[in-house]
Amino acid sequence: MKLFKFTELQLCLNLQQSSINMRIFSTVLCALITAALCYLLNTIAVLPVPLGKLLSPQGGIWQNAVPRNFDFSMELPAKGLKGEVEIFLDERLVPHVYADNDEDLFFAQGFLHARFRLWQMDLQTMAAAGRASELVGKKALDHDREFRRLGMVYAAENALNEINNDPYSKSICDAYTAGVNAYISSLSQSTLPLEYKLMGYYPENWSNFKTALFLKYMSYDLAAHEQDFEKTNTRAFFGAEKFHLLFPDTISPVDPIIPDKWTAPAELNIIPRVNYDTIAFDRVQTITSDKPDRDNGSNNWVISGHRTQDGAPILANDPHLGLNLPSLWFEMHLQSPSFNVYGVSFPGAPSIPIGFNNNIAWGVTNGGRDVRDYFEVTFNDDSRTQYLFDGKWEQTHFRIEEIKIKGGSSVYDTVAYTNLGPVMYENRFGGKASIGKSFAVRWTAHDPSNELLCFINLNKANNYKDYLQALSYMKAPGQNFAFASKTGDIAMRTQGQWPAKWNHQGDFIMPGEDSTFLWQGYIPDSETPMQYNPQRGFVSSANQPPADISYPYYLGTDYPTSRGLIINRMLAADSTFTIEKVKKMQTNNYNVFAEGAMPILMSNISKEALGENAQHYFKILGEWDLYNNNESVGATVFELAWNELYNAVYDDDYAKAPKLAAKPAYTTLLQFLVKDSAYVFIDDINTPEIESLSVLATRSFKKAAEEMKRVEQNGRLPWGKYKDTHIMHLTKLEPFSRLHLPIGGGKYEINATKENHGPSWRMIVQMSSNIKAFGVYPGGQDGNPGSRFYDNFINTWVEGEYFPLELVEKTSFKKKKTVGKIILKPV
Amino acid sequence: MKILLLTVLIAGAAFCSNLFFPWWSIAPTSFIVATLIDVKPFKAFLCGLFALFFLWGGLSWWISYSNDHLLAGKMGLVILQSKQPFKLIIITALIGGFIGAFSALTGSLTRSLFVLNDNKE
Repeated sequence: MKLFKFTELQLCLNLQQSSINMRIFSTVLCALITAALCYLLNTIAVLPVPLGKLLSPQGGIWQNAVPRNFDFSMELPAKGLKGEVEIFLDERLVPHVYADNDEDLFFAQGFLHARFRLWQMDLQTMAAAGRASELVGKKALDHDREFRRLGMVYAAENALNEINNDPYSKSICDAYTAGVNAYISSLSQSTLPLEYKLMGYYPENWSNFKTALFLKYMSYDLAAHEQDFEKTNTRAFFGAEKFHLLFPDTISPVDPIIPDKWTAPAELNIIPRVNYDTIAFDRVQTITSDKPDRDNGSNNWVISGHRTQDGAPILANDPHLGLNLPSLWFEMHLQSPSFNVYGVSFPGAPSIPIGFNNNIAWGVTNGGRDVRDYFEVTFNDDSRTQYLFDGKWEQTHFRIEEIKIKGGSSVYDTVAYTNLGPVMYENRFGGKASIGKSFAVRWTAHDPSNELLCFINLNKANNYKDYLQALSYMKAPGQNFAFASKTGDIAMRTQGQWPAKWNHQGDFIMPGEDSTFLWQGYIPDSETPMQYNPQRGFVSSANQPPADISYPYYLGTDYPTSRGLIINRMLAADSTFTIEKVKKMQTNNYNVFAEGAMPILMSNISKEALGENAQHYFKILGEWDLYNNNESVGATVFELAWNELYNAVYDDDYAKAPKLAAKPAYTTLLQFLVKDSAYVFIDDINTPEIESLSVLATRSFKKAAEEMKRVEQNGRLPWGKYKDTHIMHLTKLEPFSRLHLPIGGGKYEINATKENHGPSWRMIVQMSSNIKAFGVYPGGQDGNPGSRFYDNFINTWVEGEYFPLELVEKTSFKKKKTVGKIILKPV
Repeated sequence: MKILLLTVLIAGAAFCSNLFFPWWSIAPTSFIVATLIDVKPFKAFLCGLFALFFLWGGLSWWISYSNDHLLAGKMGLVILQSKQPFKLIIITALIGGFIGAFSALTGSLTRSLFVLNDNKE
């Protein structure tokens, strides 16, 4: 029995053996399929995104979908705090921060920047440091090399030294950094910002150095748009005489920021190079680089109480910058025993750069002077160990830049530093056509400075004296600071560290071996153009020249002038300003450039010579009211007509010019046509006859009419549709962006809204005893595309509407509606 | 009954594991649960499929609904070139479902290798 049972079992097992083998095989196969699925959906080996990881509801992108009535409240115990910080998030998600001391206040600011904008501040500082390749791979290598060679890291190191040398600014930066890091260390896979999940990386810790990098990024954006290489090429190609007809020494019409006449000679005795203009211009290059938008600019103005209905000064400011999502700005109200300030901040840096407190309001526009010059360096040989300077061989310093690359090995770039600065372009970088030449860059952003102190001191300034004291810290990027106080003072100061230049110094590349070409000093503070309670009852700036031509230092000629003209005209025309009127003015679309250019077009285009199609558009042009409103078709016709005329005037002359050439401003063409209908460039050099302006204008309008027809057939003749304003997410992903915004304005209008650039923050503050303030920016407080606060200000901005801004007292939040309260507690 | 129990346990274990561990921990948990309850391999496959299809689909639908499908609309365009939030929810559910299914199948097969004389339901 026992035996039988055994054999039965044996038989059974034998019979089952093949079936068990089969089962083992299927089990292993299934396990492999499962593992393969997990692997496949967790990496980018096969699919472009780790789909499983991304879509897992508890850790992936679904966690970034913020519920419609989400309560943002949280309590976070954090190291480094001295006391408890209370933060109320109002209905627009604007944080109102109440802290017991300054360090805790800026700790909270860092925490909030990170809470709502971490990815953006991280990305911008990575880009500033020339570390983009670490995130996106080799395609960013040229960007990274350019930024390293421009000395961005070197500049940030110098700035960090200055911050560290000042105990107060160091304590604020330390607290800010600790705040950012408190948020980063609270992150988990599920709370990680969406972009990190998509791009598959994790934020590294913040540092004061990153704050310094961010500030230098602003210098890059605002103080790095000279055209030295382009102008050198253009000057070499056309010769001196023609060059001056493309880039005239004086621009007109112009209404400088500070209209005063200067009679005193310069305090600083600078010795000009008399033969600068005759130096051989054989420096043709084909260096190309991304440059920040040339029209980075802004408007600000202050109307004194004598000219306002309420008798209190009104300050208005709208900085024009690249429009992106998440926005460059983050709105905040900061309160501690020494601060009570409201305005917009830069995620990435402590303080409020534009805003108001209980006593003063201020706003900035870009100074836009040329503070970056290039010098040709003569090295001993390819080792670059020595360079020639004033007849002697000087020792080069080298900085080895390691550029880490995602999915590859590091690239090392050895950058030579001379007494002038880093050698940015040379045959190792800048294209093969650099024909063995090397160019060092001298830039004020490299010089040690501590701009944070400017803003921090402005944030707590009480009066005009405090304002002046705060401004003394602003070196680069130089800004025009508008000021208004409750006591009725108004002021404008064109602040910055400005090299004192002789005529045309630095317009072209200069020889680096001759000290007489170097900057000889900076314009003394006492000669900074400024106005304090001027007779005319207002101050304004819109990136036009800071002073009259009688100013004893060279200011360059590369300034936009149109907005300044219309702002001053409107300010002078009214003496009962109200906030409502200033809102209308800030969003005004009157094209003052067209006002000057239209008579040229209308009187020179001969209607009889036009065909049926062109006549149709000529009629539209004639009926245009000079406003670049959203629905205006005349504005589009004008734009296309002037573009075509401009091309007809210059294209033939530039056809054989070096690729990297500077072209005159649209306003320059107008400036010459107004006074000289025989402007030398009018003639088409490709035809035997000499064209008159009328012939050229008619011919070019006919050509433009063809384009107008195409545009109209595509339904894009209304100006807003033609211009097609859009605000892209920093990754350029369209679903995260806002496209086809129906908004008017443009580069010549006060409402300087262009394709992807424009009023990045509009603010109006009336400094009455009960401050009335309004503001709006094209974005939203939450950088998360899955939040309803991501882009909720954009429609308001498009419509030219504003939100009220208020220095709310903590106690009144008992009655106010909020979307949450954040408490930061010391551990 | 065992089928229902297995489905609920797979879903519950997956939910709990994802509170602490990476998303793919749904595979080992589903596997383990399926080794503990004797359900025939094919049925276990279906249990895993349904458990995670409905867990992931349900969670993502609820999250998306509370968000007015704001993010799903955008992410749908980024990932699938489709603005339909439901497509993204279905894809999510299917990913969960298939991993659940194959893990549970593996679990059930493994069990059958070691445990004889099961009363297979």
